[in-house]
Amino acid sequence: MSDLEQFRQDTRAWLEENCPESMRVPVRGFEDLYSGGRNPEIAHPDQKLWCDRMAERGWTVPHWPKAYGGGGLSNEEVKVLSQEMSRIGARRALESFGISMLGPALLQFGSEEQKLDHLPKIVRGEIRWCQGYSEPNAGSDLASLATKAEDKGDHYVINGQKIWTSYADKADWIFCLVRTDNSGSKHEGISFVLFDMDQPGVTVRPIKLISGNSPFCETFFDNAIADKKNLVGEAGNGWTIAKYLLTHEREMISGFGAAPKQSVGQLALETVGSDASGRLANSALRQNIAQYQLDTMVFGATMARVGDEAKAGQGLGAASSIFKYYGTELNKRRNELNLAVRGEQALGWEGEVYHGGNLSRDWLRSKGNSIEGGTSEVQLNIIAKRVLGLPDA
Amino acid sequence: MALVLNEEQLMLKESAAGFLAEKASVAQLRALRDSGSERGFSDDVWREMVEMGWSGIAIPEAFGGLGYGYTGLGLLLEQAGRNLSASPLQSTVLVAASLIGELGSVQQKEQLLSAISSGDKLLSLALQESAHHAPLRTALSAKAQGDDYVLDGEKILVLDAAAADTFIVIARTAGEPGDEQGLSAFLVDAGTDGLRIEARSMVDSRSAGALCLENVRVPAGNLLGEAGAAWQGLTRALDIANIGLAAELLGLSTEAFERTNAYLKERRQFGRVIGSFQGLQHRAAQMFAELELARSIVLQALHAVDNGEPELALQASAAKAKLCEVAQRVTNEAIQMHGGIGMTDEHEIGFFIKRARMAQHLFGDYNYHLDRFAQLNGF
Repeated sequence: MSDLEQFRQDTRAWLEENCPESMRVPVRGFEDLYSGGRNPEIAHPDQKLWCDRMAERGWTVPHWPKAYGGGGLSNEEVKVLSQEMSRIGARRALESFGISMLGPALLQFGSEEQKLDHLPKIVRGEIRWCQGYSEPNAGSDLASLATKAEDKGDHYVINGQKIWTSYADKADWIFCLVRTDNSGSKHEGISFVLFDMDQPGVTVRPIKLISGNSPFCETFFDNAIADKKNLVGEAGNGWTIAKYLLTHEREMISGFGAAPKQSVGQLALETVGSDASGRLANSALRQNIAQYQLDTMVFGATMARVGDEAKAGQGLGAASSIFKYYGTELNKRRNELNLAVRGEQALGWEGEVYHGGNLSRDWLRSKGNSIEGGTSEVQLNIIAKRVLGLPDA
Repeated sequence: MALVLNEEQLMLKESAAGFLAEKASVAQLRALRDSGSERGFSDDVWREMVEMGWSGIAIPEAFGGLGYGYTGLGLLLEQAGRNLSASPLQSTVLVAASLIGELGSVQQKEQLLSAISSGDKLLSLALQESAHHAPLRTALSAKAQGDDYVLDGEKILVLDAAAADTFIVIARTAGEPGDEQGLSAFLVDAGTDGLRIEARSMVDSRSAGALCLENVRVPAGNLLGEAGAAWQGLTRALDIANIGLAAELLGLSTEAFERTNAYLKERRQFGRVIGSFQGLQHRAAQMFAELELARSIVLQALHAVDNGEPELALQASAAKAKLCEVAQRVTNEAIQMHGGIGMTDEHEIGFFIKRARMAQHLFGDYNYHLDRFAQLNGF
């Protein structure tokens, strides 16, 4: 038996024994995702148990090195683990910005001390992180951010305001872009610092969105303190890290464009019905859905191609911008089609009969996809200038 | 198979690009058009293509071909699309050879595929009968008489009609228009009694024509495959043909876009290059994104042919529908962004929109394939 096959059998046996039954039922929505932290939100008591068991083996972040608490698994082993989890319908034990955003940045740019200090706590779900990027006057034009960090020897004193900070009200620490120098161009003088949110100088206020939910906050800093050992990279070099993470974030958001499990066309057959030849009864809707499913298939082929090209050392320029632009537009189309296909069912706002208004709220939330992480228009600017070489106005 | 080109394929692409730009460019297409060429392509250039092995590029080595597969042929068609190169690559190498590969007996394959590989024979499919692609509606009749069949009816949009040595005529030996059963494929030589070939002048300046068959008598041995059972093989050959045309449209659209993008950096109005206007920049960026996506589905579909994947129909209709959509958008934008100069015959950009519409139409356009895509998805 190959090592990989042995690994599969061991993994299967371990999962059978350790994954609680309650963690093998599909998630209903965001409320069922477990993100850990000092005061974790618990929808089911087994969530923490499941997370702790997985974290003990480093399997909450299986591809990170063991030295930092990760599973130290090879790409093939990670794939096997994921297949075996899918096989029994096991939920991901932990999902967080620490895993998806800060971790990759620290692995790339952090000091050894910073990696040892922060990564194991992310793996164990002890500390929940949020991202401090946008400001009221620095949205699409992120580099014009003004939150000020004053050098006080062994620490920085931070004053200013962030906005659209995802889950800041639930986070323990923040990775934050601050201005340490005003003398150069706007891209210079930006630094990437980490600090604890649990201090008097930090105030958080949730923002209620059109979806009725509050995934984002305003975050205020009034003489907040950041220890200098938590400056990532060099002072003034934060823009490099910011760009790296934005690329990363775009790829994550563009993943929303992937095809849903049940095709929209199949769903529409149930809600709208078909004619004698088996075609969807409404031909206008049929065409809209066909166009959407075609584009989804083409998008999937492109994700596969770019993945293969990356492995072969070839690369598509500005791929993340194309993905961000196209993936988010696709997700918005899918949500609009959901409304068209489900009709009144998708217009409910509250109550059991409408599953708490999940559909209408998801639809409204999707409008933000082409704004956050760089608007569609910014992505098109990037393609026009960096790939097509078109000049500035 | 990974969705990337290997070294061999990259070299083929490079050499094809160089050859076609020199020998079969848009300027050559214009010259063929203006000289009133009946055959619609240069025999000298075709001979060179044959010498390079292009006539047998997707044909197995056992039948005298190169065995590079359809991914290899797709690369040639893409480069032919970029240069609008006129040649029998589409009629003979893509369509006829695929159909013979699907329907022919071993003996027919040995004979015909070898003749295609060696450049000794040009063949062309005669399928379409009305203004739209509707293979099931085929009505041209073939009646058995002794050991022969007698064919009566008309065909249009037969590629390279003036140059083809033999036509593969799709005829009905049984059933009614609309039936899958009863469709047959016959080999009919150009000189056969009762066959009249009429050259038609088409918008893309390529040679296509109509066939009129009156009491055309052919021996039963000219049947390609079983009588009445051509539908499945024909369908698969048409799927391959549409994937090949999608590859051509990818090259054509990419070239039209790159020429347009270059023009945006050169043309000045209001004291600056027009490519600095955001109204044009965003449209250019959207086209670039669409072309990158289009490239993925074409490559995936070509691989599906070479891997013998069962869901070829879905891949074919997806690739053709997407490339029709992208080609239409890009060629329309190409004219618009070139402005007045794009409306002149003197400028080359007009040749791209003309060939695009023909390649889009052949074997089913956007509407045909989007409808089929929905059907194949079960709705």
